[in-house]
Amino acid sequence: MSNLHEFTKGLIKENPTLVTLLGMCPTLAVTTMASNGIGMGLATTFVLLGSNIVISLLKNVIPKAVRLPCYIVIIAGFVTAVELLLKSYLPALHSALGIFLPLITVNCIILGRAEVFASKNKLLPSICDALGMGLGFTLSLFTMGSIRELMGSGQWFGIQIIPESFDNMMIFIMPAGGFFVLGCVIAAVNKLAKKKPPKEIGCTGCPHYSACAKAGLTESDGVNAAEKEA
Amino acid sequence: MKELFVIMVSAVLVDNVVLSQFKGICPFLGVSKKMRNSVGMGAAVIFVMICATLVTYPVYKFMLLPFGVEYLKTIAFILVIALFVQMVEIILKKLIPPLYKALGVYLPLITTNCAVLAVTITNIDEEYTLAQSITNALGTGLGFTLALLLFSGVRSRIEDSDIPETFKGVPATLIAASIVSLSFMGFSGLF
Repeated sequence: MSNLHEFTKGLIKENPTLVTLLGMCPTLAVTTMASNGIGMGLATTFVLLGSNIVISLLKNVIPKAVRLPCYIVIIAGFVTAVELLLKSYLPALHSALGIFLPLITVNCIILGRAEVFASKNKLLPSICDALGMGLGFTLSLFTMGSIRELMGSGQWFGIQIIPESFDNMMIFIMPAGGFFVLGCVIAAVNKLAKKKPPKEIGCTGCPHYSACAKAGLTESDGVNAAEKEA
Repeated sequence: MKELFVIMVSAVLVDNVVLSQFKGICPFLGVSKKMRNSVGMGAAVIFVMICATLVTYPVYKFMLLPFGVEYLKTIAFILVIALFVQMVEIILKKLIPPLYKALGVYLPLITTNCAVLAVTITNIDEEYTLAQSITNALGTGLGFTLALLLFSGVRSRIEDSDIPETFKGVPATLIAASIVSLSFMGFSGLF
């Protein structure tokens, strides 16, 4: 029962991109096409699953003081594996994702889940958590990709949906469109969930939360701290 | 020399790291609330990017390439960057306390800033020489700082404006970022 909860929470309630606002870089960058969004989402899910399993198994072995470098190396190992696999089996996707494939290493979702969840929980809940978060990430990337592909090039998965006689709104597949669509999707999710929009970029899920708070950059106590210092 | 200038300008304006390449969005949205924080973060990022390039370039050329293990560059680079940032933090704390006070707090945040890893990987993928790599790192860092500074100005205006309830907070910030990004599109086709 609780494992089921760990799985479903990542899909909507704690959706990593739309609710906790982590991993924004790939969300914006690769979603010019729905298929790229799914590819990126699944690649990230694979890395997240692998790193959550390994970190959950090694949680008593890794010394606390050097845990972040340890996590990063474990994650980078899985990313390299995904990179090599995609290069040989799905070269088209590999070139479409480009530099954002190695950059999965520094995706805050993965490090965040390692720090917040896998390092504190047993194997099975960690697997469920990884699958839920990964699929939630894939889902939001797919949504973003679908909207941008449909508006920007009139296609969906490469199939012409809007007749070619209509002019496409190119802006949607350009960088500016990415920010705009993400803003609207988050607003829509808030409206549907009937809750107040997140005031700030979700800091609690971020692995650097404590460092950020110390630097006086977070809203809660941070702004005051920064001002006191000044 | 002309080539270096082209790399520099395209890194700062045409291919701005945040606004057209979507790297380093987290610090861009997180730290751009106050002008003062933006400057500190920007300076720390420029510093780390240049140093990371100086460290990873020889690592790739003299360690990975001779043994034919180029595919390990993601692991090697992130490890080198993480170690390097930690080391800089300790050294600054001991030797130059004023600089540590100004930049130190931002350093731990930079390890996982994807813009830093991206710069080092781009330098290798584009087969830049050392001089070109450093220029690219400096340009990218300056572009990041520019975007952060511009956006912190925009954000202070959003705070006071009257926007629909659903869009308050993050959605409005993202749409503002979209407009700033739109303005940077004017630079495309400069070369």
